[in-house]
Amino acid sequence: MSSNHHLVLRVVAKLLIPAIALFAFYVQFHGDFGPGGGFQAGVILAVAVILYALIFGVDEARRAVPPWLVRAGCAAGVLIYAGVGVATLIGGEAYLDYDALGPEHHHGQHLGILLVELGVLTTVASVMLAIFYAFAGRAPDIPDEEW
Amino acid sequence: MTAREAAEVASPFLFHEIVFLDIAILAMMAGVGWAIIRERRLFVVVMLSGAYSLLSAAFFVALDAVDVAFTEAAVGAGISTTLMLAAMLLTAREARRPAAGMRIAPLAVVAVTGAALLYATTDLPDFGDPDSPANAYVGRAYLVRTPDEVGTPNVVTAVLASYRGYDTLGETVVIFTAGLGVMLLLGLRGARRSKYAEARRQRQAAARLENQLNNSDEDETS
Repeated sequence: MSSNHHLVLRVVAKLLIPAIALFAFYVQFHGDFGPGGGFQAGVILAVAVILYALIFGVDEARRAVPPWLVRAGCAAGVLIYAGVGVATLIGGEAYLDYDALGPEHHHGQHLGILLVELGVLTTVASVMLAIFYAFAGRAPDIPDEEW
Repeated sequence: MTAREAAEVASPFLFHEIVFLDIAILAMMAGVGWAIIRERRLFVVVMLSGAYSLLSAAFFVALDAVDVAFTEAAVGAGISTTLMLAAMLLTAREARRPAAGMRIAPLAVVAVTGAALLYATTDLPDFGDPDSPANAYVGRAYLVRTPDEVGTPNVVTAVLASYRGYDTLGETVVIFTAGLGVMLLLGLRGARRSKYAEARRQRQAAARLENQLNNSDEDETS
């Protein structure tokens, strides 16, 4: 694919992709106050990379977000989430009772929710990308006439 | 009291704007659904299903379920559409028209299920009814206790991540399992992919070459 193909598409995507990724983190960290949370943020973060892959090619996306990182992320998210539960057990409370994480219980709850949402974000974003890589890696790039 | 409830008190049920909005959105969803059934080009079908998800997200907003609407917009309209596009690239671009005899049984199943669902709606509690099972009992307890026990302004987040932390851990494991299944079925290693694509490219090139040779043979014989 020559470099001046889909010029408008490429320029618009380059403008949009950082904004999409930033929006994902807004959704993640604003989940306590408004709609959103780890699931939505993870999906939006994966969409940023998938948009990059659709326009610049899957190989470029694999260079930016390597498959080993995606595979590690799938498991890391679950481990973070389950690890928070283990931490609360060590802190002397029930599994996933975040009161054990902070001196004053609202702090513990906020920290616990933040950490488990981070685990959800990691797993969701990684799994979405893993599924996309698995599908997109088997197909040829989209031919020009089908855009 | 939400804006919707306030509007319901202010004007009789059938004549306020939210009902018109609901009807308009549902009519558009039915239209998109019909178009999906009639359409044979898979690219158009995938795009229309994205539009359908976006419309249902708008409908959830009209029902005051913003968290659900957000998930529907991100997952249904966003990533599902892209994943379906990626999957479509592996198959044909057009769906085959089903044989006439094959259409009766699905139509009967859809008609019976639809009739049963319509019949069941008569048993549903009114919209926003404070005594409905979802709003009474544990739902009310979450609303009452969240400010004191968790302290997050969004009660949905408190229920999802704190009160129902086990459920959400289970959901995360489900997503992990789905990813694991896809990776095991379609290839765990990134390197395998380029080998596959390379083999495909070579096959295509060979087929093209063969075509050209056949054509030139025909030219010579004619």
